Amino acid sequence: MELALSAEDAAFRDEVRAFIADNYPAEMRVPNPETDLTKEQSLLWHRILHKKGWIAPLWPKEYGGPGWTVTQRFIFEQETSRAGTLPPLAFSVTMVAPVIYTFGNEAQKKKFLPRILSGEDWWCQGYSEPGSGSDLATVRTKAVREGDHYVVNGHKTWTTLAQHADWIFCLVRTDPNVKPQSGISFLLIDMKSPGVTVRPIITIDGSHEVNDVFLENVRVPVENLVGEENKGWTYAKFLLGNERTSMAGIGRSTRYLRKLKQIVKAEIPADDPAHLEFLRDIARVELDVLALEATELRVVAQMARGIDPGPAASLFKIRGTEIFQDITELTHRAIGNYGLAIREHPVSANCFMPGPDYGHTASEKYLNARKLSIYGGSNEIQRNIIAKAVLGL
Amino acid sequence: MDIQFTEEQELLRSSVQRLLRDQYDFEARRKIVASEEGFSRTRWKVFAELGLLAAPFSEDAGGLGGGPLSTMIVMQEFGRHLVVEPFVETVVLAGGLIERLGTSEQKQGFIPGIIDGSRIWALAWTERASRFDFANVATKARREGGDYVLSGEKTMVMAAPWADHLIVSARTAGDNRDRGGVSLFVVERHAAGVNLQSFKSIDGRRAAEISLREVRGQLLGAEGEGVAALETCRDRAIGALCAEVVGAIGELNAATLDYSKTRKQFGTTIGSFQVLQHRMVDMFIAHQEALSLMQHLNLSLNAGDSGLSRLASGAKSKIGYAGKFVADQAVQLHGGMGMTDELNVGHYFKRISSINIQFGDPAFHVLRYAQLDAAA
Repeated sequence: MELALSAEDAAFRDEVRAFIADNYPAEMRVPNPETDLTKEQSLLWHRILHKKGWIAPLWPKEYGGPGWTVTQRFIFEQETSRAGTLPPLAFSVTMVAPVIYTFGNEAQKKKFLPRILSGEDWWCQGYSEPGSGSDLATVRTKAVREGDHYVVNGHKTWTTLAQHADWIFCLVRTDPNVKPQSGISFLLIDMKSPGVTVRPIITIDGSHEVNDVFLENVRVPVENLVGEENKGWTYAKFLLGNERTSMAGIGRSTRYLRKLKQIVKAEIPADDPAHLEFLRDIARVELDVLALEATELRVVAQMARGIDPGPAASLFKIRGTEIFQDITELTHRAIGNYGLAIREHPVSANCFMPGPDYGHTASEKYLNARKLSIYGGSNEIQRNIIAKAVLGL
Repeated sequence: MDIQFTEEQELLRSSVQRLLRDQYDFEARRKIVASEEGFSRTRWKVFAELGLLAAPFSEDAGGLGGGPLSTMIVMQEFGRHLVVEPFVETVVLAGGLIERLGTSEQKQGFIPGIIDGSRIWALAWTERASRFDFANVATKARREGGDYVLSGEKTMVMAAPWADHLIVSARTAGDNRDRGGVSLFVVERHAAGVNLQSFKSIDGRRAAEISLREVRGQLLGAEGEGVAALETCRDRAIGALCAEVVGAIGELNAATLDYSKTRKQFGTTIGSFQVLQHRMVDMFIAHQEALSLMQHLNLSLNAGDSGLSRLASGAKSKIGYAGKFVADQAVQLHGGMGMTDELNVGHYFKRISSINIQFGDPAFHVLRYAQLDAAA
């Protein structure tokens, strides 16, 4: 399915498509880009996009954005995800940067934005805490003002790729005596500061993606406060809105469906009754994708006319994650007995994996995808949002 | 239909429970899984000393005559503790095949080593193209004197890296999907021409790809009876694996319920949210149904009922889906914690996922259930 594109937009689409084909680094085409690349390798594409001026589609032109329309941004998103390119680090480019250029001061914009664009700084997100998951407003990490510093103490968790990070943007409590939402500030912390410790959390797929981050008497210059003290909740919500719009994942689902079809064709003979069952199951998911894609295109068309989709973005998160879980599950089933094997992490050439290459990441993807309905606001929370904000219940 | 356990069976259950509580908590298991071999010979010996490895064998074969019900009792507890040692592979599969098919010489030669814990077995039936079909066998065996010589490739053989002996299915007649041409052979794991490539399985165990090059094996049972024998043996394995899933479901439900009563968000325990209450009610119902069907199947196995194989497929499917549902929701309700290697919840998830593949996934078995009905 395509948007009805103007000649100009169609030309843009072709340009993006050709650029990816000509420039996406072969080195990044590994079995599982999310776990198999070094920090340096995962930044290769980032640097190429930066050089081209395409690294930050969302950003206004004055800060280094390409100045695209809503439709162009959508086309770019669609083409890059269809081609299976590794997206630039979201925590840097689509999460913290918009907070900085929207709410930060001039000095902060000058200091941080160019380094985000170039890939020089890698950011991670200090939101969740052991006691604050879905209920983010209860963050307990404390920041106490001492002269021109904040002294920060607390424990952040589920911090994605903190092991690579140069900076962490944190929600911290600066006023414990008001209602939870009103006492939170948005603080930028240098990961090299004394008192910052990163501890890996290994997940059920065996990978090291998330971490605990401990903050012990970390001294943070007051100039690293974004916006106003105790207004952090506003900025946090603004950021979460950005996080959820990109969760439909149509391009990714389409790619994985294509691969699934190839696996079913190769693994299950046409005269096996399971073959038809798989075709039917795949068709059902394909229709789910089609319906979600049509919804996304409808919303994009509305946005192009200036209509805010509002909390309906939660719909994309719910359905996008459920669909991808279905696809990874079907893929895991399609490879039959080989679904019993799983690659060892960190991946090394010495680890033997049985079965055909196309099945080697099926188990880890299947396991890893369980996180999708949990993170970024669990799907239960997303349903609450729609119930309240859309349906008025 | 509720099972009233005999005194002996109760004794078996409580002794397994005590043993696992003392020697097989989650931390002990973690150490076992992380060890060089990936399982514990010491625990295996303890299982033998306690009579667990003898329990299902007939008294004639030197066992305790407990049959499938004793296997069910043991496996339910093993499921609760995520025991990795190859009880199903050695006792239920290999032991069952030898007891059913073996000559008296083979029984006397092999069963004592299983019962005393000195020998471990694996069953090598899967091949690259076999998927869940026992009859799809390309590995060949030809007669040479009193023995046979085997050549071919077996794949995804669970517990093979631990095994001393293998039972291998190989073709003695017919083409690649011919049911009547498959026979079973006992092969020494360290025999000349046997080559293993080992790897870890999704549930923290070990498995191997096996290549056989002119390997000597001895026939188990009659030529051409391999598929029928494997099907019967699968029914018993399903009885055991279903019990393991039920044990795992019970633990997942208990853990989830406990977590929902202590984990607080939005100023209250998450268990007070109706949407999660209903989810946990469905998990409870799934457990009850799985438990009942598990008992029903194992009682039928014990009695040797007709129509057993269809029931086994039905149970594998229904209990497989129940396990999948509970495992998904247990991870979901534990939030990020459910995704961690540190918590046991994810490990139950992976074990249930593994069982759902072995001997056919729930979709395969629901179809077989339908087909056997149509054929009747």
